[in-house]
Formats: sequence, structure tokens, C-alpha cells
Amino acid sequence: MSQGWLPLITLATSLLVAPLILLLPERAWRARAVLNLSAALLKLLLVGLMVVGLYQGREFAFGFTVVPGVEFLLRVDALGMMFAGLSSLLWLATTVYAIGYLEDSPNRKRFFAFFSLCVASTTGIALAGNFFTFLLFYELLTLSTYPLVVHRGHSAALAAGTVYLRYTLSGGLVLLLGVVALHALVGDVTFGEREMLRDLGPEYHSLLIGLFLVLLLGLGVKAALVPLHGWLPRAMVAPAPVSALLHAVAVVKAGAFGIVRLVYDVYGIQLTFELGLLTLLTALSVFTILYASLRALAQQELKPRLAYSTISQVSYIVLGISLFGPFGTIAGLAHIMHQGLMKVTLFYCAGNYAEELGIHRIDEMNGAGRRMPLTSLAFTVGALGMIGLPPVAGFISKWYLGVGAVQAGMPWVIGVLVASSLLNAAYFLPILHRLWFRAGPEHGKGQWPEERRLGRFETSGWLLWPTLATAVFSLLAGLLAGVPFSPLDLATLVATEEYLP
Amino acid sequence: MIERLGLVTTQLPTTGSSMMTLLVVLLPLLLGMLGGAWRPWRGWPGLVVALLSLLALVWLTQQIATHGTQAWVLDLGTLTLHWRANGLTLLLLLLTQLLVLASAAYAPAYLCDAVQARGRGPAWLWPLMGLLATSLSLIWLAADLLSLYIGLELMGLTAVGLMLLPGREEALAAGMRYLLLALIGSLAFLLGVALLLGGWGRLDLAGLAEAVEPGPLLWVAMALLSAGLLLKAAAFPLHAWLAPVHGSAWTPVSALHAALVIKASFFIALQLWLVLAPRAAMAAWLVGGMGAAAVVWGGLLAWRADKLKDVVAWSTVSQLGYLLIAFPLLIGTSQAVVSIAWGGVWLQLLAHSLAKAAMFLAVGNLMLATGESRVSGLAGASRRFPLSLLSFGIAAISLVGLPPSAGFTAKWLLLHASLAAGQWPWLVVLALGTLLSAAYMFRVFRYSFVEDVELQDYRPVPLRMDLIAMALALASLLLGLTASWPLAILAIAGGVP
Repeated sequence: MSQGWLPLITLATSLLVAPLILLLPERAWRARAVLNLSAALLKLLLVGLMVVGLYQGREFAFGFTVVPGVEFLLRVDALGMMFAGLSSLLWLATTVYAIGYLEDSPNRKRFFAFFSLCVASTTGIALAGNFFTFLLFYELLTLSTYPLVVHRGHSAALAAGTVYLRYTLSGGLVLLLGVVALHALVGDVTFGEREMLRDLGPEYHSLLIGLFLVLLLGLGVKAALVPLHGWLPRAMVAPAPVSALLHAVAVVKAGAFGIVRLVYDVYGIQLTFELGLLTLLTALSVFTILYASLRALAQQELKPRLAYSTISQVSYIVLGISLFGPFGTIAGLAHIMHQGLMKVTLFYCAGNYAEELGIHRIDEMNGAGRRMPLTSLAFTVGALGMIGLPPVAGFISKWYLGVGAVQAGMPWVIGVLVASSLLNAAYFLPILHRLWFRAGPEHGKGQWPEERRLGRFETSGWLLWPTLATAVFSLLAGLLAGVPFSPLDLATLVATEEYLP
Repeated sequence: MIERLGLVTTQLPTTGSSMMTLLVVLLPLLLGMLGGAWRPWRGWPGLVVALLSLLALVWLTQQIATHGTQAWVLDLGTLTLHWRANGLTLLLLLLTQLLVLASAAYAPAYLCDAVQARGRGPAWLWPLMGLLATSLSLIWLAADLLSLYIGLELMGLTAVGLMLLPGREEALAAGMRYLLLALIGSLAFLLGVALLLGGWGRLDLAGLAEAVEPGPLLWVAMALLSAGLLLKAAAFPLHAWLAPVHGSAWTPVSALHAALVIKASFFIALQLWLVLAPRAAMAAWLVGGMGAAAVVWGGLLAWRADKLKDVVAWSTVSQLGYLLIAFPLLIGTSQAVVSIAWGGVWLQLLAHSLAKAAMFLAVGNLMLATGESRVSGLAGASRRFPLSLLSFGIAAISLVGLPPSAGFTAKWLLLHASLAAGQWPWLVVLALGTLLSAAYMFRVFRYSFVEDVELQDYRPVPLRMDLIAMALALASLLLGLTASWPLAILAIAGGVP
């Protein structure tokens, strides 16, 4: 049975919100908030429906022909649902956060319109059933995030926006060339039709390797693989909710998700392995993980340190899928969700510190745990998860990665994991130490850079509740990894499909 | 190839389609005359009347869909004119009608509110616009060199007249230069026609397609025809006249010129090549090379341009380069390549026309609102004129060729065709063009997002003007995913075998 309307409506919830927001006047913040939140809730509900339908074995697909031979296709599969679930969940949290964060600042209408468009693109990427549709939303994501990056309109933001566009538009162009070439070679490739490339025969193998490299180059820009990562730390000038979303779901994940699609659903893991491309992916991701961690260590400001940490963490996903075997796959896929939850928490916290106390640098954070205990608790959960301590979700990813490495016959990867965890600890633990154990302004030593009293609690409720919610979710994703519908469970479903045809 | 152009048909035209064709050609002229006498200060009466010719066009479409390609032979004493209408003709007629309609709806508010035009200028606008639509329709319908020449000459002179309307000194200077160039172009075209007539004694395209033999005579004739047409189409390196002409023209006139007048010359050139020299792959590569140079050079000029209108005008030069790449893709290539590139070329033409018209209108709105003609004058525009800037942005998406716009779908088809033909250089050209166009478009946005700028005087333009720009921009955007619809029109009545 095929139900086409469900993916279409899911896409429409956030796509149609954008023009509606533009039609509302700037001062109608109440109506805008209601519209945003109800759309986010509706979308979460629809994604939930599709996940349940997926477990019952139902199929959802919607498609039409754009030009002869090229089809626009929305289709629901387990991999896409993981990404859609993540984006709809974090959209809800980030909408709440952004409403609080942008209170009384100018251009909120523009912000929320493009914000919705950005989430619509992410949903489109998740639901895309072939590379053409994927490309469509992938580029739409670039366009909708640009106004968010330059939102503040000062020269640093504008410069960062230019760098961002230079990287992402070039990447998108390379991806377009690759996708067109793939299309010219075998026609429309629906995700999951792995046999189309496998059946081409050995004489095409060098061509396929070249094509893979071109596609990887296009996707690697958004996935921030070193050396294509230069835009990400600069894009930190964006407002906190944008950074949170950019890092946790939207942009970097779109790139990583694209690589997952490329390896699993277009080339197929078997063919990728035979072409020797998995080794390349492993090497790239290992280098990215270690290099970005070292760079993170050198950062003195909180947000850039988190940015480099993102670059490193997203490469775990690539590392996971490059390990030939189901456990590596499960690790990589589950980490899409896990990293998203943990990183969004960390960025919310960074935003909270900046808004409430004016903290931007790490050495200003002394004793902040006493002033903002709940935020600091959430930060601690996120940071420990990034290091990979149980029971936070990050532990599950690293555990499965280790098992996957052994399974793939690459035990040296465990050494990389250990080294990376040590580096993670080296750049997160000093922050935790400052938060909880050093005496700061709250103990009568010095003063906060710019303290504001935003709410009844330690900061405004709009900022605090999403932070706590995502922190709790990162804990739950680790604690309840074994129950149905958990990220790990969905990842296992995908991995089973991949390895047991 | 002449089947795709609808030049081969054995059927006699139906009475209904003949009537409707005459209506489609002559109604705009008639309405233009009326408009000149009556001088509407509101948009809607013009809109309502102009819907008449759109209705006639719909009827014609229905006739052609049922009866196939229509061809007419008109005997005027010793002269014989050949006309034909197929899917491609319908598509171009529809585009013309829509854009003229949009400009006509935009003009009253523009003239009244913005320019506060005095004197006889506004009165002349209407008949000239009607005449422009008539001459364009004639060009799309013509199937012989004489009709083409009449249409081309009429269109050129009308365009010069429209450019002169503002009546200011710089408009007069630019208009006179344009007149001179148009006359040189027409002269070259006329010489080429004369050579063909002397060589083979006939002017109808279908007959010439069978009669002509490759040789020095044909090559000289083709060179003259192409040079004249490419000069009028502002193809590189004959493009330098374009920006000054636009700089002083009225906004709706600029929109029509960039969207349609330039395209008409391109259309004639492509048609003549496909009919008279369908195997001249080497020469087609030469034109393609000119296109490549146009893409790069036009893009660079637009990037460096200081004035808003110059950015848009030079971008036309760059975008026309994409269209010139059609020559090597359609001439001397396999049927498989042609069938992909054919759709790509016409879709690119549609996308560019709609987006460029939208962009000229949006830029006109922005310039009126800020009172600034420079790109840097847009600082802070994103907060004050979100609607104009959004129209500009959507049009820019299509011009850069980003999804889901029609420009993207067209570029996809052109890329696919280049790959299928094994003509790698065009991949590089299309890629470079994308990057350059992104560079000059986002340069405009970069200024508009500047926040720390002191407030200056600005006045909002009437909402109607913004809405028309927005409608055209949205059309160019939505055509991307619904591209099967124009391609279906292209394919009716044996457009594609």
C-alpha cells in the first residue's frame, strides 16, 4: 500500500509556514510563536505516524516526473526516518529556544521564515527518494541558511556569510556535476537500487571511483571533512539557535547523511568495499577526527571550541559507515541522532551563558555552575557524552564503533578512538572543572562580563527548558538504547536491511 | 531538425486557427493604439482587455493540439509569405503575451507614481508596446526570410522608440547608438538574405533547407546573417552597447527588452543554423566558444558593476552565453543528445526571460524606493523592502540556476546533454557561469543585509508593482519542478518526433 500524502504533508508543514510567517507583521510575535510551535508539533506527530507505519511494513511514496527521465520522489525508509525524526524533534526544541533568544531583537520575521525553510529543506533531504530530489533540498538548505548566518548584519557576519557561500555553493556545484554524470551513466537512481551500479561490470570501475570522489567532494563540504571544513568555525558568528541547528542537524548532518546515502543506497556497501573506497573514507575520517580535536584544544572561546568538536564528532559517522560490517553501520547511523542531541544541548548552553552572563570565552566560565546550575548540569551531560562516558548516548556510539572496528579487521581504529576520547576529555574536562570547582564571581571573585536577569529561574524559561529537554533526551538515548524506536533500534533496522538483502 | 521547428507539414490550416493567429498577432497592436489614445492610469482595464489575446492564444493552442502543426501561405502579389505554428511557436507566443501583459500592468503605476512622466512619452508607450508584441509574434510565426526580416526590422525600430521615451539626454544618446547598431545588424541580415535569394531563388525556410548546398556562398550568407543577429542579441564580443541602453530606459521597457527582444534575435539565428547548416559542427563550436566567452566575461562585468541596473544588464550577456551553447549541442550531434538539449535550450530561454523580467522590475522597485542606483545604496534594504528584495532573490535563484528553479532544471538538461555528447568544455563553462552568477547576485544581497547604516529617505513603491515582480519571479521558480508542462507544449503537434 502506498500513501503519498503523508511525506508531502510533512514537508509542507514547515515549507508553508515560511510564507505565512512572511505575511504576518513583524510585531505579531504571539501569532508567529503559535504558528511556529503548532507546525513543529504537527510535524513531529506526522513523523511519528510514519515511523509507526514503517515498523508495520507500510510504504509511503510520492513522486512525479520533472522532465523525461528525471523524477521528483519523496519516499520513507528507516534511514530517512531517523534523520526526519531528529530534525523534527530538534526543530521543536530550537523553535522554543529561538523565540526566547531573539526576544525584542530586530528582523525576527525574516529569521523565522528562513528558519522554517531551513527545516523544510532538512526534512526534504531526509525524505528524498533519489539523488535529484536530494540535490534539490541540499541546495535549498544552502540558500535558506545564508540569511540566518548573516542575520546580525555586522561586518563579521557578512564576511562569514561570504565564506559560507563560497564553500557550500562550490560544493553544491561539484555535487550537481557528479549527480548529472551518475544520471547520464545509469539514469534515475532511486535510493536503495544498489544493483544498478553493481551490475555495470569491472570495466566501469575506474569511472565509478572517479564519480564517487566527485560526489564525496560535493558532500564533504557540508559534512565539514578536513580540509573542506573552513566555513564551519567562521559561521559561529550566527545567533546561538542557528549555530545549534546548523551543527546538530541541518548543515553538517545533511552532508554526513548524503555520504551515508551515497555509500549504502547508491553504491552499496559491497561495491564501495570492492572499489577500495571504504579505506579512503576511514583514512579521511580518522584524520578529521584527530585534526579537529587538536584544533579544538587550541580554541580559547567556547563556540569555536564546540565548532571544532562538531567537525570531529561528525566524522565518527563517516568512520562508522566506513567500517565494513553491521556494527560499524549501527554506530555511524546511531551517532547521527546521538551527536545531534548532545551537540544541540551544548550549543544551547553556550547560548544561555552568553545571554545571561555575557560569557564568550572559556576563562570567563569560572564558577558558573553555582550561578546557573541547571544549564551547567546540561552542559556536563553533553560534554561527558561527547567524551563517551556511560550512560550518555555518546558511549553507545563509541562502543559500537569499537566492536565494528574489530569486526572489520581494523583494530587500530580502537587506538584512534581512545586517542580521540582523550582529546575530547582534554578539551571538555577543563571547562567542567571551571564550571563546578573554581571560584568565580558567584563566590565573590571578579564579576560576570555582562550579567542580565532574564527570568524567574537562572535564565529565561524559553532558553532553559529546551536545554534541559535535549540533555534528558541524550541521557535517555543512552539508557534506553535497547527499547524499540530508540536511535539504536532504528539504526539496527537499517543495518539489517543493508547486510541481509 | 526542421520537423522540430514545424517547417514540414502537409496539412491545410483550419479556419479557426487562421482567425486566432491573426487575432494573436494584431490584437496587441490594436489594444496598444487604444491605450495610446486613452492613456490608462490604472492597470486593470489594460489587463482585462489584454486577456482577450491570451484567450485567442488558448484557442489556437487547442486547435493545434487537435489538428497538428498549422502552416499558412500568404500571397501578396509577387511576394509570398510563409507562416507556421507548432508547439515551440505556441510556447514563445505564450511567453510574449505573459510578459507584455505583466509590463502593461506594471507601467501605469510606474509612470504615474514613480517617473511622474510628462509630455507625450507615456502616450507613445502603449502603441509601441503593442507593436513590439505584434512584431515578436510575427518573428515566432514566420517561416520565410522575408517575414523574419519584416519582424526583425519592426522589432528593432520599436525597441529603439521605446528606449527613447524617457526623453532625457542620456536616453537619447543611448537610443541613438542603439538605433545605429540595430541598423547595422539589419543591414548585415538583409545582405545575407539577398545572397541566399540570389543563390537559390527562394526565401521559404523549408524550401531552402532542401535547396541549399554547402559552399562559399552559403558560408558568406550565414556569416552575414549570424553577425547581424548576434549583434542584436548582444552576444560576446558584440555586447558593449547593452548596459548603457538599459541604464536610462524605463523599467518595464528594460524588462521587455532583456526578456524578449534579445531572445528573438537568438531564436532567428538558431533557427537559421538548424535549417540551413544542420551539419556545420565546427562553426557551431565557434558560436559555442563565443557563448563560453560571453558567460565568463558577462559574469565578470556584472560582478564588477557599480550600478544595479548594470549588474542585471551584464548578467543578460552572461546568460545569453548559456543559450549559445545550444549551437554545438544541437548541430551535428546524435538524436539522443538533441532530444535532451532541445528541451534544455527552450527551458533556459523561458527561465531566463521570466527571471530577468522579474529582476528588472524588482530592481526598478528597489531603485525607486531607495532613490539610489548603486549597489551599495541597498544597505539595509532587507529590513525596509523585504518584498522587492525577495522577488529579486527568487529571480536570482533562477538566474544562478539553483534548485528548485526553472534555471536549475534547464541547466541540468544542458549538463546532461553536454555529457551525453561528450562535449566536456561546456560542463566547465556551465560550472563557471554558476559560480560567477552566484558571486554577482550574492554581492547584491551582501549589501542589503547590512544593518548598521543610518536611516535615509526612502519611500515604498505601490504594492501592485511589487506583486507583479513577485509573480514573474515565482513563475520562474515554480517552472522548475513543473518543467514537464512547457516541455509538453513543446512536444504537441509533432514538435518532437
